[in-house]
Amino acid sequence: MTKHRQHQATHEQDFSDVGRAAFLRSLLAELASVVPRQALLSAPEELKAYECDALSAYRRMPLAVVLAEDEQQVIAVLQTCHRLGVPVVARGAGTGLSGGALPHPHGVLLSLAKMKKILHLDPVARVAVVQPGVRNLAISEAAAAHGLYYAPDPSSQIACSIGGNVAENAGGLHCLKYGLTVHNVLRARVVTIGGEIIELGNHALDAPGLDLLALTIGSEGLLAVVTEVTVKLTPKPELAQLILASFRTVEAAAAAVAAIIAAGIIPAGLEMMDKQATAAVEPYVHAGYDLDAEAILLCESDGTAEEVAEEIATMRAVLERCGASSLRVSTSEAERLKFWAGRKAAFPAVGRISPDYYCMDGTIPKKRLAEMLKAIAAMEKKYGLRCANVFHAGDGNLHPLIMYDAAIAGELQRTEAFGAEILELSVRLGGTITGEHGVGYEKIGAMCVQFSADELAAFHRIKAAFDPQGLLNPGKAVPTLHRCAELGGMHVHRGKLPFPELERF
Amino acid sequence: MGDLTQQWSERIQSAATSGQALRWRGGGSKDFYGQQLAGEIVDTRGHCGIVAYEPSELVITARSGTALRDIEAALAGEGQILGFEPPHFGPQANNATHATHATLGGCIAAGLSGPRRAAVGAVRDFVLGLRLLDGAGRMLKFGGQVMKNVAGFDVSRLMAGSLGTLGLFLDISLKVLPKPRAELSLRFEMPQCNALDTLNGWAGKSLPISASCWCAEELVVRLSGAHTAVDAARRQLGGEALHTAEATACWTGWREQQADFFAGELPLWRLAVPSVVPPLQLHGEQLIEWGGSLRWLKSGAAAESIRQAAAQVGGHATLFRAAQDRKQEAGVFHPLPHQMLALQRRIKHSFDPHGICNPGRMYREF
Repeated sequence: MTKHRQHQATHEQDFSDVGRAAFLRSLLAELASVVPRQALLSAPEELKAYECDALSAYRRMPLAVVLAEDEQQVIAVLQTCHRLGVPVVARGAGTGLSGGALPHPHGVLLSLAKMKKILHLDPVARVAVVQPGVRNLAISEAAAAHGLYYAPDPSSQIACSIGGNVAENAGGLHCLKYGLTVHNVLRARVVTIGGEIIELGNHALDAPGLDLLALTIGSEGLLAVVTEVTVKLTPKPELAQLILASFRTVEAAAAAVAAIIAAGIIPAGLEMMDKQATAAVEPYVHAGYDLDAEAILLCESDGTAEEVAEEIATMRAVLERCGASSLRVSTSEAERLKFWAGRKAAFPAVGRISPDYYCMDGTIPKKRLAEMLKAIAAMEKKYGLRCANVFHAGDGNLHPLIMYDAAIAGELQRTEAFGAEILELSVRLGGTITGEHGVGYEKIGAMCVQFSADELAAFHRIKAAFDPQGLLNPGKAVPTLHRCAELGGMHVHRGKLPFPELERF
Repeated sequence: MGDLTQQWSERIQSAATSGQALRWRGGGSKDFYGQQLAGEIVDTRGHCGIVAYEPSELVITARSGTALRDIEAALAGEGQILGFEPPHFGPQANNATHATHATLGGCIAAGLSGPRRAAVGAVRDFVLGLRLLDGAGRMLKFGGQVMKNVAGFDVSRLMAGSLGTLGLFLDISLKVLPKPRAELSLRFEMPQCNALDTLNGWAGKSLPISASCWCAEELVVRLSGAHTAVDAARRQLGGEALHTAEATACWTGWREQQADFFAGELPLWRLAVPSVVPPLQLHGEQLIEWGGSLRWLKSGAAAESIRQAAAQVGGHATLFRAAQDRKQEAGVFHPLPHQMLALQRRIKHSFDPHGICNPGRMYREF
């Protein structure tokens, strides 16, 4: 792998020399001429609500917020910012966990939350055309009357918007079987920083030329701003049933996950929680979890009644063979939802027992799950912090929740080092630093670990093909090499680089 | 097993310096596909072998020159399949001795999916990661071998269907699926308009339909899944069940375009349209796959009229198989709007600054 070969051509633009006050006046005047008065926020108390997304550890005030009401306003704002060289950060519902919607201190925050109309729902073609601010769950609610739903279900689905889902390539609890956002979006209408409208994809199953739709999904607001999305709707399964299985060791639970897949089944959902996670959840939601188990598995089957019966029987046999210490199959929809409730409440439950927690998002090959859990247990001792583990076990996506108290000096730093070590191990085990939460602002440093200088340069060239001036969400998702060098110092712990054995540049 | 990375990288670097166009070629099974063949051939077949295969991870990684049939055989040994059921357009039998077999690299570059596409997804939906040499000979790795990975732009999916215009693939990691426990194909006598209505109606229900094909007033659908589910769907849908051997022959014939429909000298058009579009009033015979979304048309009609018919309903038309002069005249792929073409050229340039990777294979402009 080539490194240090050339200094990167594209640098993140430096906005620090922009005189804030003087510039602000002219920017606001320009924006006021293209959007209605109520759509433009500039008073500090109004801007405050937009200073962070769901990763509240990072906060910044933007110069202004525009609450766009339609595509024309989006185009006008982008053209204005483009002309003035002002960064633009697009924001949906602000539920992102990686700081992707963190404002730029010299930029405009463009909220798409007011564009929340479902424009068209065609039950025969099984598609919905929606504006970017439509909530994920609202699509499924609108489609329910036709026996259809929108499959990706991130845990924030009650609040998160489809535009944000497209930006992050959001996953969810059922993506092993039903796919991520990229598998369920047929078309996106986007506006470039220059104000051009580009249609990506269509209502057929493919489009001519390079697949820029796939490239744009998950691009974290760096390439274009989405103004309309066509999503695929899926027939609601006739039936869904869930098995709740307990294991005496995490190794046995992890082996059972592999055995289910090896048995030729793609479960609709396959989740794991460790003892710390169930202990946090049970007093809070009373889901009926076995508190003596070292790990529990939730295995869901959905489809026709016949299919579900056959899959449940197979999974049950596999789980028993793998040494499940107890096993329950949901006997009603209410019971299925009760079993799920615990898993879905894991984050708030941990928030209840600890003043603060830091949610990680690595993905590893499934066969390394037990190894990762053991390593995390050792790290708990090393850093003197507790960690509850919930996993999308079917696709190897981990969400370790490191518990800390920001009020205690040094705990946040220990937490960050703990998290960095988990990410380091994820990469070393053949995985990735983010499975579904995105890089955003949070993991920009870890990107330098996962990608080479040439690869980061390739990302920057792609960005430049869409946004030559680097005005859309600068400083997120893809670090400059310059930045990599700078941020290298951020995670230095006791004088050591967090990933000393990995390539650095 | 062979690894030609170093050799290829040097060859690309030297071609980039001299401006020599290069053309990646595996078995040549898809030489017929695309706007033009230009450049010095780089034979990919020496760079082959399955690098990693973990059935319980549902992931296989193989070098680009690996024969597709070898990958499918390895998967079959573990009861798994490539979900997108790719056409080979070359010999598939394991005893075929001639080396014109389809390779994995060609399969990903062509981005063509088979009968199961409407049910489970396209080539790009199964690409998890990929390593390539770009047009400057730099080795780049995107994605990985895990199901969920949102670090960096999703470049590996962009490569599916890029026709080698962005670089030379080294190895590709794909998600694989378990082979369905049971499969059964049903035949119905039905005119086209009824078939389209029926297919769209069924697609809105929770039914285990994995493929469909309508041709010559006959609709065949394939059910795949648990035995009980296939049996229940069969009772629900009716129709005449095909024998296993006959069903296999039918689906292979349609996928590989060896069925009678595909014979003859007329240009073959591929129209991708929304599944609910009523029968297209175009001169020539049609064969319809993917629940109504993919319409093959054998027709000598003017390219302009075919393209217009597809565009009017929100789709696009590809001149899939035709004589070279006809391709030159009509253009193989549907013309792109001006701004989209400009953007695609910039993306092409970002990977291939010297314009040496399969130039003109997709559009004349790049």
